Amino acid sequence: MDLKYTDAKPTDDERAAVDALLGPAPSGWEGGTRDDLDLRWAKGGHEARDRRDQLLPALHAVNDRIGWISEGALDYICRRLTIPPAEAYGVATFYAMFSLKPRPAKVLHVCTDIACAAKGSAALCAGLEDRLGPAGTPKDGVVWQESPCLGLCERAPAALAIQAGDEVATAVIAPATAEAAVAAATAPETAPPEATELEAVPQAQAGDPTLSLLSRIGTVDPTDLDDYRAAGGYTALRNAFAIGPAAVIREVTDSGLMGRGGAAFPTGRKWQATAGQPDAPHYLVCNADESEPGTFKDRVLMEGDPFSVIEAMTIAGYAIGAHQGYLYLRGEYPRALVRLGNAIDQARARGLLGDNVLGQGYAFDIEIRRGAGAYICGEETAIFNSIEGQRGEPRSKPPFPVEKGLFGKPTVVNNVETLANVLPILTRGAEAYRTGATKLFCVSGALGKPGVYEVPFNESTTLRDLIDLAGGATGSLRAVLLGGAAGGFVRADELDIPLTIEGARAAGATLGSGVVLAVDDTVELPRILLRIAEFFRDESCGQCVPCRVGTVRQEEALHRIADKTGADAAADIALMREVGQVMRDASICGLGQTAWNAVETAIDRLGAYE
Amino acid sequence: MTTTPERTRTPQGSAPVSLGLPRRLIEFDLDGDQVRVPEGATLLDACRDAGKDIPTLCYGDTLTPKNACRVCVVEVEGARTLAPACSRKAEPGMKVRTDTDRARHSRKLVLELLASSTDLSTTPHVAGWIREYGAEPDRFGPDAATVAGREAKVDNDLYVRDYAKCIMCYKCVDACGDQWQNTFAIAVAGRGFDNTIAVEHDGPLPDSACVYCGNCIEVCPTGALSFKSEYDMRAEGTWDEDAQTETTTVCAYCGVGCNLTLHVQDNEIVKVSSPHDNPITRGNLCIKGRFGYQHVQTRE
Ligand SMILES: Cc1cc2nc3c(=O)[nH]c(=O)nc-3n(C[C@H](O)[C@H](O)[C@H](O)COP(=O)(O)O)c2cc1C
Ligand code: SF4
Ligand code: SF4
Ligand code: SF4
Ligand code: FES
Ligand code: FES
Repeated sequence: MDLKYTDAKPTDDERAAVDALLGPAPSGWEGGTRDDLDLRWAKGGHEARDRRDQLLPALHAVNDRIGWISEGALDYICRRLTIPPAEAYGVATFYAMFSLKPRPAKVLHVCTDIACAAKGSAALCAGLEDRLGPAGTPKDGVVWQESPCLGLCERAPAALAIQAGDEVATAVIAPATAEAAVAAATAPETAPPEATELEAVPQAQAGDPTLSLLSRIGTVDPTDLDDYRAAGGYTALRNAFAIGPAAVIREVTDSGLMGRGGAAFPTGRKWQATAGQPDAPHYLVCNADESEPGTFKDRVLMEGDPFSVIEAMTIAGYAIGAHQGYLYLRGEYPRALVRLGNAIDQARARGLLGDNVLGQGYAFDIEIRRGAGAYICGEETAIFNSIEGQRGEPRSKPPFPVEKGLFGKPTVVNNVETLANVLPILTRGAEAYRTGATKLFCVSGALGKPGVYEVPFNESTTLRDLIDLAGGATGSLRAVLLGGAAGGFVRADELDIPLTIEGARAAGATLGSGVVLAVDDTVELPRILLRIAEFFRDESCGQCVPCRVGTVRQEEALHRIADKTGADAAADIALMREVGQVMRDASICGLGQTAWNAVETAIDRLGAYE
Repeated sequence: MTTTPERTRTPQGSAPVSLGLPRRLIEFDLDGDQVRVPEGATLLDACRDAGKDIPTLCYGDTLTPKNACRVCVVEVEGARTLAPACSRKAEPGMKVRTDTDRARHSRKLVLELLASSTDLSTTPHVAGWIREYGAEPDRFGPDAATVAGREAKVDNDLYVRDYAKCIMCYKCVDACGDQWQNTFAIAVAGRGFDNTIAVEHDGPLPDSACVYCGNCIEVCPTGALSFKSEYDMRAEGTWDEDAQTETTTVCAYCGVGCNLTLHVQDNEIVKVSSPHDNPITRGNLCIKGRFGYQHVQTRE
């Protein structure tokens, strides 16, 4: 492949950032020192091309060091990896965390999503405008911008400060005041430490002995492998090795475990279908992109119990015959990144990852790949494109991932919480697990004790139980958003819905990613719906017409009726129904297919605009 | 599913396959009729064999379907969502309905969404479909966001990129990339409604890797990509397809022998295309075949 590069040159800093990731450039052909004009055309060997999947890490490397990606930096990355500049530009412009225009090294991301709106993000933004000027306009070396849900909803309103440099510095400010957010954005290194993960789990604070998935949070040091093992860690992996891969899959199938990422697909069936594929290698992808507004359970698991994620991935890899696992982590999760990186290093050093896991002759390793601000990359095929260094656009199915997934090979994609359940299945056995299965819920909004809650996953738990457990509504409860922005609203008089997949379905709702977001009457419903519509419009990958244009038309209609009711809103509601129908019926992926759910339920169940 | 010698049992109208070998045939229900198509055929192939007219925009006869526009959706019984006919392969026993209210609704809305957000004035067939499906693009109001106001990119003498007319079908990108040209001069940039086709940093074409093969123009379904000659004549109001003749000849620039179709108006070559059914070149040319006529005509 002959490629033509540009004339733009990287700065020394940019070059150093890329070289730190990829190693020094071996020759002038890959963007080294020779630079006559004919070097604008380079031949790249197979080896360079096979590193296309390093594109996203390389973009991060530059963005982390400099704060933005210049033409020279992008061209240098292209030369190093033999990527056409147009394609690299297309990939870089796909992600919200990257900037291709100069900007300050200090960026403050301020959540304006639903849970934060319920806890005063509007006032926070007003305070920031007073201090830092309008969003997107640099002042005093800082720029602030509005962000979709940062996955910190239990501590709303939330903000995240990121400072580029040789060492990236980050600070989470939650709950945030404008003053604290500006201070942290100006000097993230000196910001006060963020709340411990224990504070996200009120049941653990209260010493609840019934916890299973959350049992180690706050009681076991998340940075210490020995502590994890002393608390029973790596028993499940030993059990897995003792019974062999086929029996592991049988246990998981018998356990009845269904995916917790939103689609509720039977995990055992997915593993079986992948394990049986003759094509090799097989891959495992842990989906830790967690960007559904209102969702933060995976973050709490990864921050508070990172070794369990690594152990569970190892078991899954063993069962499906994979030797490489990827953990695709949301780009805005700095603490999870540190904790997981540390857990992987320790596991590797102790033979729990690597060529010969636990001396059992099984090779498995895990690489963390950071997302860069794109909800769509949590979709199970977009995640492959993102890892492979392509734009994070969903692929059309069939073929399904179990057959052709990452790098075109059989792949299992599982959510973090799904994998976490594999440990109790293998320590207690499928039967015992089945009777005591639990589910995590991300409870936020207008409630006394927001946080991640673990409750029995059967008809005995109702929505009301969960809300009571979380301290009850703080104001007058108007509605609950169940399942996230892709889910839907239920009324305050519908709290007897059992929190099971069937129970939610029977009530015309969905559990989705486990979001339970309480809405009182302090924020007007039309404002919330507008925020949801804006989210989908922003996050649409743009590939298919129903979603790319439909999400825009939905938002426009909601703007038109923001202050209207009854007959004045009727025509636009009818229009949205028609647009909603084509999005649901004809969009390529789940994003477009669900983009009208929340608005529809707000109109039909809550009587918004009546 | 049956295994039969292709020629003896193919239904009327379906494309005969010249291999004498037995080929697997897929039998399924299309709008209530049992039809058979060779394994690997799409629902669109089956519809066209059966004489059914399904609109398509992003589908290209020389490209792998991207199924991005969704104007070709049909209803497959038992499926939660509609299926794009252009890429969904026929499966034995499936029941497909092409003309249900649900399918027609989606096609109509896709046309409305596109026509309200893009300049479709040079997209062939679309005006007819808009009439046929009763689409009313204006109902999204005068303030509906649109890319129709984008400035055309006129940055070279050979062709114009007028992305106000672009429907983001990805065909030009696929033609320029690994499906044909392997030049990778253009890609999709940005995300969502703000996405566009661009060279690196959205710069001018002459600074990019483009080799002016024009193979992207050949596949563009909207006229967003057009010969400079066509663009200028349209601007002057002199472009008149009815007054044009098309002559297919063999390109004389080298020994490969590509087919050229010369479009001539008033004794001037106004654009050059290439037949898609040429088994080797499939509509693709190089700069000499595509734009060489300019040298012939403007030798000074
Ligand atoms: C737009 C979109 C975003 C998604 N984001 C996530 C995510 O962040 N995390 C996740 O686990 N699943 C996400 N999913 C669901 C995945 O496609 C997939 O179903 C899931 O990861 C499978 O894992 P599971 O079977 O363990 O649930 C998303 C789906 C869509 C359509
Ligand atoms: S539905 Fe939306 S997010 Fe999904 S492929 Fe289509 S445009 Fe992209
Ligand atoms: S003219 Fe050829 S090289 Fe240039 S963009 Fe079009 S397909 Fe690519
Ligand atoms: S320029 Fe033409 S071929 Fe390219 S995406 Fe737009 S409409 Fe399709
Ligand atoms: S962090 Fe603000 S809504 Fe989730
Ligand atoms: S023609 Fe089938 S999706 Fe565009």
